[in-house]
Amino acid sequence: MKNKKSLLSRGNRLAAPKAQLALLNDGPFADGRLPTFTEKLDQYNCGPLRPKLLEILQINLGYMCNQVCAHCHVDAGPDRKEIMTRSTLEDCLSVMRQHTIVTVDLTGGAPEMHPDFRWFVTQIRATTAVKEIIVRSNLTILLANKKFHDLPDFFVKNKVHVISSLPFYKKNKTDRQRGDGVFQQSMEALQLLNNKGYGRPDSPLLLDLVYNPSGAFLPGDQQALETDFKRALKTDFGIDFHHLFTITNLPISRFLEYLLASENYEEYMQTLVEAFNPLAAKNVMCTNTLSVSWDGHLYDCDFNQMLQLKISSSVDHIHNFELGKVQDRSIVLGQHCYGCTAGAGSSCQGSIA
Amino acid sequence: MKNNYYDPQDLKKFGSISDWQPELGDKFFAYYNSVFAEGELSAREKSLIALAVSHVVQCPYCIDAYTKDGLQKGIEKEEMMEAIHVGAAIKSGAALVHGVQMMNRHDQLSM
Ligand code: SF4
Ligand code: SF4
Repeated sequence: MKNKKSLLSRGNRLAAPKAQLALLNDGPFADGRLPTFTEKLDQYNCGPLRPKLLEILQINLGYMCNQVCAHCHVDAGPDRKEIMTRSTLEDCLSVMRQHTIVTVDLTGGAPEMHPDFRWFVTQIRATTAVKEIIVRSNLTILLANKKFHDLPDFFVKNKVHVISSLPFYKKNKTDRQRGDGVFQQSMEALQLLNNKGYGRPDSPLLLDLVYNPSGAFLPGDQQALETDFKRALKTDFGIDFHHLFTITNLPISRFLEYLLASENYEEYMQTLVEAFNPLAAKNVMCTNTLSVSWDGHLYDCDFNQMLQLKISSSVDHIHNFELGKVQDRSIVLGQHCYGCTAGAGSSCQGSIA
Repeated sequence: MKNNYYDPQDLKKFGSISDWQPELGDKFFAYYNSVFAEGELSAREKSLIALAVSHVVQCPYCIDAYTKDGLQKGIEKEEMMEAIHVGAAIKSGAALVHGVQMMNRHDQLSM
């Protein structure tokens, strides 16, 4: 499946979150063949889900990206123009100054494409007590254009923790999911980061990789895949990295489009439901993370953001942030949540059970 | 009775064989799980062996299960196909090596 454009610009009906939600609530979940996510949680006495301590603020700087990956849950691409304003960035900073936020996780699209990206990172380092700044980098952006060539040095200077997606350690699967040439450029970008000290054993400059399956199946064992990735990348390209995080593809946006087009949708949902792991349900990332969208709204996670399911609280915008009110809520759940609880579970930090 | 012998949904019900004989069923599944755990051979290597054998015994359930298992383990399609050739080579070799038996018998019976 090689679409060079987002669902939105193709006028695909799945670009609308409402259409996705209707689909996810219909079919096997409407006729009782599969239990809904809340029914499943009740079965195991896990629901409703409520936040624990807020540790991670995941900020989506905008949906623009230099890539158009087939599985993208953001429906990102060069044609997406949504971008966080300076005043919303300021609002985020003031929340970081007023509350104990351990980690700020910058995502997108390609967060580096935001014109205020460097300013924002520098401000977080200089004016807040945030311990860790994560940038979810797609790697190719580091080579995409001269104006990004300073980024590896900028990351080093600001001790940014780089987390990069790489679907596989070989060319074919990577390019099929992420586009032609992506693998080669990703290898070059990883070598560049390695040369700056990133990812080397014992280096404090953290470089982790994210693996998500190239198709309608669950990720395998995280540890075993990490071993395979490490061996292959070291032997073939001399590349080092720290950890591999396995992430399950959630059935939303462009991955949902793929599931439907390949007639894998029902089987995939059944696989997710059957692999439900109550242990993972207790540790889903929405229990310690809050997601901020480009327009400043608050969500339980980046997936709920894409489905436009705002947090269930009287405060749902970063501008009016009140920790007590925000934390006193139930997490908004849907059938897509099965993606976080299947097998060893899945989060932006990999498996959770 | 449905009008087909094999139903993909039946694979999911494999565990139910224990319902009618729990002791043996449980022993089988415990044994099965131990066999496929990481050991002297990696779980990845075992998955490829299982895929090859699945083809030799021509079990559609096993082919389904071990293709999916291979994908999850990051096994590539070229590796899967090579594994199947190993199984096929042994199976055809096993048929052909009996040709010697035919030759022996032929010569014994012939003037
Ligand atoms: S690099 Fe990430 S944000 Fe960009 S299209 Fe691919 S998956 Fe989406
Ligand atoms: S999809 Fe979001 S809300 Fe649902 S379980 Fe996963 S992290 Fe939580």
